[in-house]
Amino acid sequence: MDDVRNGAPVRRTRVVLGEAAARRPAPDPARADLAEQTPVGEALVKGLVRAQLALALRLSLVVVTGLGALPLLFAVAPAVGHAKLLGVNLPWLLLGLLSFPFLLGVGWAYVRWAERNEQDFTAVITRPEG
Amino acid sequence: MNPYVVPGLILVVLVTVGIGAYGLRFARTTSDFLVASRSVSPTWNAAAISGEYLSAASFLGVAGLILRYGVDVLWYPVGFAAGYLALLLFVAAPLRRSGAFTLPDFCQVRLRSPVLRRLATVFVVFIGCLYLVPQLQGAGLTFTTVTGGRYEWGALLVGLVVTANVALGGMRAITFVQAFQYWLKLTALAVPVIFLALQWQSDGRPAVTPPAGPVFSATTTVTFAEAATLTLPDGSQSRVAEGEERTFAAGAAVPEVSSVDDRRGADWLLPGGDTTLFATYSLILATFLGTMGLPHVLVRFYTNPDGASARRTTLVVLGLVGLFYLLPTLYGVLGRVYTPQLLMTGRTDAVVLLLPEAALGGGHLGQFLGALVTAGALAAFLSTSSGLLTSVAGVVFTDILHADRGGSVRDFRLATVLAAIVPMALSVYVADMDVSRVVGLAFAVAASSFCPLLVLGIWWRGLTDVGAVAGILAGGGAAMVAVLITVLGPPLSGWPAQLIGQPAAWTVPLAFVVMVTGSLVSKRRVPRDVGATMLRLHAPESLRL
Repeated sequence: MDDVRNGAPVRRTRVVLGEAAARRPAPDPARADLAEQTPVGEALVKGLVRAQLALALRLSLVVVTGLGALPLLFAVAPAVGHAKLLGVNLPWLLLGLLSFPFLLGVGWAYVRWAERNEQDFTAVITRPEG
Repeated sequence: MNPYVVPGLILVVLVTVGIGAYGLRFARTTSDFLVASRSVSPTWNAAAISGEYLSAASFLGVAGLILRYGVDVLWYPVGFAAGYLALLLFVAAPLRRSGAFTLPDFCQVRLRSPVLRRLATVFVVFIGCLYLVPQLQGAGLTFTTVTGGRYEWGALLVGLVVTANVALGGMRAITFVQAFQYWLKLTALAVPVIFLALQWQSDGRPAVTPPAGPVFSATTTVTFAEAATLTLPDGSQSRVAEGEERTFAAGAAVPEVSSVDDRRGADWLLPGGDTTLFATYSLILATFLGTMGLPHVLVRFYTNPDGASARRTTLVVLGLVGLFYLLPTLYGVLGRVYTPQLLMTGRTDAVVLLLPEAALGGGHLGQFLGALVTAGALAAFLSTSSGLLTSVAGVVFTDILHADRGGSVRDFRLATVLAAIVPMALSVYVADMDVSRVVGLAFAVAASSFCPLLVLGIWWRGLTDVGAVAGILAGGGAAMVAVLITVLGPPLSGWPAQLIGQPAAWTVPLAFVVMVTGSLVSKRRVPRDVGATMLRLHAPESLRL
């Protein structure tokens, strides 16, 4: 879009990452398995996807029980709504103040563990014998 | 009129244009722009995403809803923030790795189906237009509150300014401009709130919910836009005619007005009230799952260099957005004390704009802080509506006007104007709906169409184009019809009102079920290269496969 918007057509240049390609290490078996979609490669990717999905689902369960159960709790036990902390009714504190650090904490844990899953996967691919 | 407002607004526009021009010196072509964006750190990128996301609905609407309905609507800010957690858990890194720039692109990458791509285009345009409406509403409301002019003029004026800007390429979605808008919006709410809290202290901490109902903190004159019945706490009633003015002394009780729906006492303070569990859960589903389907949110993820940094960016966004949402609640609560007349006029969305002067008086401090929040509001609807209009116009340009057959600048301008006309007309028509309510409807449509498509597309190999089309048509179509009935149809009551007014609780599960069933039935249509696609979506870039 931007290419035409400026009036004159922009000349395209081909960028070749020659050095990066040259420095690429010799293909190892696991990497080839991935790239060529062999059954072994498929199983490796499936394992990674499953691990990441399980992590995401576990953490959403934390949010569902931590935050999602609140409306039900307020409905079943109205006394919770009357309870006060520092002169403020508990639901106001829970929703207006504490929910945000809670969400951030869950997000932080996810980023940590998801990156660890990926490191494990990379380790298997690059050092199949280890 | 407040003498600081006009200089404040001009300053915001000048600084915005200035930063934009400064950024343009470094970004002349598309590729320059992308390369420049990719050297941007996750913190800057996250501030830009937050700047584009925090719209008039967040800046004005959330505080207005809290002033009016109390604790039950705190789910709006919680959900607006939690949407980014859902985005982080299920979408952020794989979406960046897919290389898709828009939702129609993702359909192409994952399922290679032109039909699905066209359907996704329709939904992007619908959601984008629906999301633009409350931005223009906010603009109209600000215009009325600050200048006393007509609502329609404000909405149309800002609509025209944004359209011209996008069409002429005047304000591009440059990272630094959007990041600046985030910090401006945060400052515009955070600085006044410090003074408001101090004032509340020095007034002897007046009760937010006095036992006898809200009272006027100062002598107030209220003008009634329509005829209504006023009911005082002691049960006495009186009638007012359209356009009538009444003056209430300081300390007088605030009467209930028959034409305005608001909550008093325990209904406001405690959860439950008139809101059913169904409506609450519907709202939670819509906001938690809808964020990932908003057109202007996804485009920004492309500017991350790789999947891991997309994740980190989303985490920072979650922090920045959460920080911002601590503030509107305080405005809504203090509004009960200092601007209770809004409960009588129903213009509760104006509370953020009126509160500084109402609480701190018409002196220089009150006027200055009043101008600051007005400038923040301008930043809110300028940044969000420019971002939205750019992404909707981009989709109209590539997928509807078929720009691949030689699109021109004129076609892009035509697309922009086309994308702007409908929301501008609608914003005049739905003038009296709460800003955040309309936004909630846009989230419901996004959650019932794109959320299942993205989540299943990223995590489930078995998804087929037939299943995806069926799921979007069933869930998203149902939500779309519900929105059209809510906005254009007659008022409903009872269960139909619940099901139609907050549709997400049934349309989201419907979309998921139909999408999975449809895919299982058409198993033979699973793309043959699904293994390669999955590898691309989930494998870390460091492997360089």
